[in-house]
Amino acid sequence: MDGRRLDELRPIKLEVGLLDKADGSAYIEHGRNKILAAVFGPREAHPKHIALADRAVVRCRYHMAPFSTDERKSPAPSRRELELSKVIRESLEPSIMSEYFPRSTIDLFIEVLQADAGTRCAGITAASLALADAGIPLRELVAGCAAGKIDGKVVLDLSDNEDKKGDADLPVAFMPKSNSISLLQMDGSMTEEELKQALEMAVNACRTIYEMQRDALRQKYHIEREESEKGEIAEVKA
Amino acid sequence: MADVIGNKLIVMPVKGAYIPRMDDIVLGRVTDIGMSGWQVDIYAPYPAMLPASETPMRGRDSVRRDLRSIYGVGDLMIAQVIAFDRTRDPLLTTKGRGLGKVSSGRVARINNTKIPRIIGKKGSMITMLKKETGTDIIPGQNGVILVTGRNPDQELIAIEAIYMIEREAHTTGLTDRVKAMILERMKGITVGQ
Repeated sequence: MDGRRLDELRPIKLEVGLLDKADGSAYIEHGRNKILAAVFGPREAHPKHIALADRAVVRCRYHMAPFSTDERKSPAPSRRELELSKVIRESLEPSIMSEYFPRSTIDLFIEVLQADAGTRCAGITAASLALADAGIPLRELVAGCAAGKIDGKVVLDLSDNEDKKGDADLPVAFMPKSNSISLLQMDGSMTEEELKQALEMAVNACRTIYEMQRDALRQKYHIEREESEKGEIAEVKA
Repeated sequence: MADVIGNKLIVMPVKGAYIPRMDDIVLGRVTDIGMSGWQVDIYAPYPAMLPASETPMRGRDSVRRDLRSIYGVGDLMIAQVIAFDRTRDPLLTTKGRGLGKVSSGRVARINNTKIPRIIGKKGSMITMLKKETGTDIIPGQNGVILVTGRNPDQELIAIEAIYMIEREAHTTGLTDRVKAMILERMKGITVGQ
């Protein structure tokens, strides 16, 4: 690995609620990745025929800014972005209690400002926080992290250089409370044994990231919790 | 935000979309005029409908009224939710005391989860606000609050107080601090009678 131990995560920074206009927002720096996630909703379904009778429709747009990569990336949605949008949506949907808001939509936007491999995982981590920030009822948070293989060795959290040289890339999204995987993809080739190792590595990393997500939320809403212990707000509600 | 009272756990969202409930008083803006009523934006995930049959009748049913003459697009109103469930958009009425078109005053929009704080324990906060600023304040459950005073300065002070409460809803001693802020501001203006 270029500098780190085989199983060491890149440095991660999380911030919640930084955008005024979105209902919920979060920002993540994962290694050299810089990604913004924003949530609007639940809100009226436009166009109406998209609405589902018994739950909210979750829409997701994963997009990379033209300046996010070495070579300018065209702003038009690429096939990869379309695929990642779908895959990210599917990784977050199980955590959203969408039955609470039938006939509405929840719109998720993930904008990659700087990319350095592992963007879909970091995007999921941020998007999960943005959903929580928007006050959308969630079963739990979803954390994302990728593992891979370089020079025959199983390795955690590849950066772009490492991924380019690597033999395999395995992005994973994981929900620690229910102990379930909501995203699992692989690029390249690995033996069954290597896959098991890589998966375990990625899942453990997700558990660590999950704690960071909870800390980020705690920091934002810290004062609220302190005051509620004194019972004042509870009385007002009663 | 969670609190434990006895053996019950109460979880209150600090932030969240307004989900209409039966009998809620809300403030809304007309967005469209249809054949038999108006579509009203009540700042919820669902557009509300005010049927013409739910506006106060004046006994002249034989005359077909022009809906536009009652509410035009963009008009603000105070209404009550009379129906809402998982299968239908909210239904409103303006038959009732204090309901109907809003033609004067100022509007503040805050997060709907903070409305209970604006009202306060047994109405203590809102009573103080109305008394100290000399304005009438109608809080909509959807987070929209109407402030009417005889003097635009009084209205502005009340609005400032409302936003202050929203920002500091989670702190203690808020009622006293808001009152102090209001009294300070009120010194600079003449109270209209």
